[in-house]
Amino acid sequence: MTFVGDKAVITGVGQSAVGRKLGRSGIDLAIDAALEAIAHAGLRVDDIDGVASYPGPVQAEGGFVGATTHEVRDALGLRTTWVVSGVETPGQLGTLMDAAAAIAAGRATHVLCFRAVCESTAQAAGRAQALTNVAERARGHAEFRMPFGAVSAANWISMYAMRYMHEFGLTREQLAQVALNARRNAARNPKAIYTAPMTLDDYMSVRMISYPFSLYDCDIPCDGATAVILSRRGKAPDTGKPPIAIEAAGSGLYERHTWDQRTDLTTMAAHDAAAHMWQQTKLTPADVDFAALYDGFSYLTTQWIEAFGFCKHGEVGPFLENTAYYAPTGELPINTHGGQLSAGRLHGYGFLHEACVQLWREAGDRQIAKDLQIAAVGVGGGPEAGCLLLRRDS
Amino acid sequence: MTAESAAFWTGGEKGELRIYRCKSCQRYFHPPVGVCFRCRSRDVAPEPVSGRATVATYTVNHHPWFGDAFPTPYVIAIVELAEDPETRLTTQIVDCPPEDVRIGMPVEVEFEHHEDVWIPVFRPVAGSVA
Repeated sequence: MTFVGDKAVITGVGQSAVGRKLGRSGIDLAIDAALEAIAHAGLRVDDIDGVASYPGPVQAEGGFVGATTHEVRDALGLRTTWVVSGVETPGQLGTLMDAAAAIAAGRATHVLCFRAVCESTAQAAGRAQALTNVAERARGHAEFRMPFGAVSAANWISMYAMRYMHEFGLTREQLAQVALNARRNAARNPKAIYTAPMTLDDYMSVRMISYPFSLYDCDIPCDGATAVILSRRGKAPDTGKPPIAIEAAGSGLYERHTWDQRTDLTTMAAHDAAAHMWQQTKLTPADVDFAALYDGFSYLTTQWIEAFGFCKHGEVGPFLENTAYYAPTGELPINTHGGQLSAGRLHGYGFLHEACVQLWREAGDRQIAKDLQIAAVGVGGGPEAGCLLLRRDS
Repeated sequence: MTAESAAFWTGGEKGELRIYRCKSCQRYFHPPVGVCFRCRSRDVAPEPVSGRATVATYTVNHHPWFGDAFPTPYVIAIVELAEDPETRLTTQIVDCPPEDVRIGMPVEVEFEHHEDVWIPVFRPVAGSVA
């Protein structure tokens, strides 16, 4: 059983320049990514009849919304039969899952899915200041965090990490391996932002943000856009690369949408989404050849490792010590592009992009040598999560 | 502040921590809203609780997100209410050096008055810091 009856497959990907303070607009970067992805799928711009993006025109400061669905649709002069954007989705890949369902339902044939961010340029311009304007009262659930100085996801997620450390003995030295793995892998990614070697001493001595998270546990705001083309199976031209099927998609969210009321603070929504995903397939964690796991904070990768079942609950510390296992030459390479920790905060889509280029053997110097057919992609943190199990056609 | 949250933010004027409780299943919940997420009863209302709680987890924040408004370092915590440990609040731990905060530490509420709100923060129960 394949997601939406195997009717929607990934046929192309594209990515703009990625960097700090590129000084370009989010829409400009999104157009680069879109045009590259459309060409990569062997399509013409006029073939695109659907657009999906995250998060849409939400009120957010600091370049979080690089470009919206309608901005890209308008800029490229697209004639569409289906569009969507959304922020209340199971993780940043939620509207891409919707796009697959829309294709299966006959609402579109080739959907351009994208995420664009312009956070580095915007923050350099000082707009992030508005985030921390204490004169303005917080609304929504932020009403119950902001007045206590819990302003950042670094605060909210570090408290999950502390509880896990308390219950299972995870150490900062073990957690460091997520950041060190990302930095090692980033050295082979020409678009990565930070590539200078990082040692455990560097990690342990860098300034603290919100204990136990130091600067190197937090991802890097950047400018960049990533696009993915979903096509109805059989409708895209032969480009010499086999389509990538969505074997299963995890969108299960089983607990309240809060950062402090989850029944078990040593798990996250990732566990719900992954459980939902595995229900849909006969494949098991042992079948996964490669994993791209969200790392907006280092700890989130540990949650996806557990959620997908790559180790047992509570055992991610020892898992992380076995660095060879998840190195590019290992049994289960993880985040071969450097993740958001070293390659830049492309906000979820960077992981899907990496999974696709690895499956298509288009990853250049960082291409995993062994044969790859199955990739797991987990995106999101805290109460937000969504995941995909990808299978390259033979 | 909303119609539902007013009791939470103003209870401190009378020294009360007021948390929503379901009259039907008797369970507490937070943040406040007009229905019980467990049994879906609309018969819910804020009630004063003891103000005693336990630190479920915490973080020591070092980054000056707010400039001078919150001097760093400060301790943000999630505490479990004595009446119902599954009901938690995100709060600050005060009157305690950050290095002395522990998961499992018993704490009690106190209120910081700003304008029209009384912000419930928590301090260690006397004698609980080693």
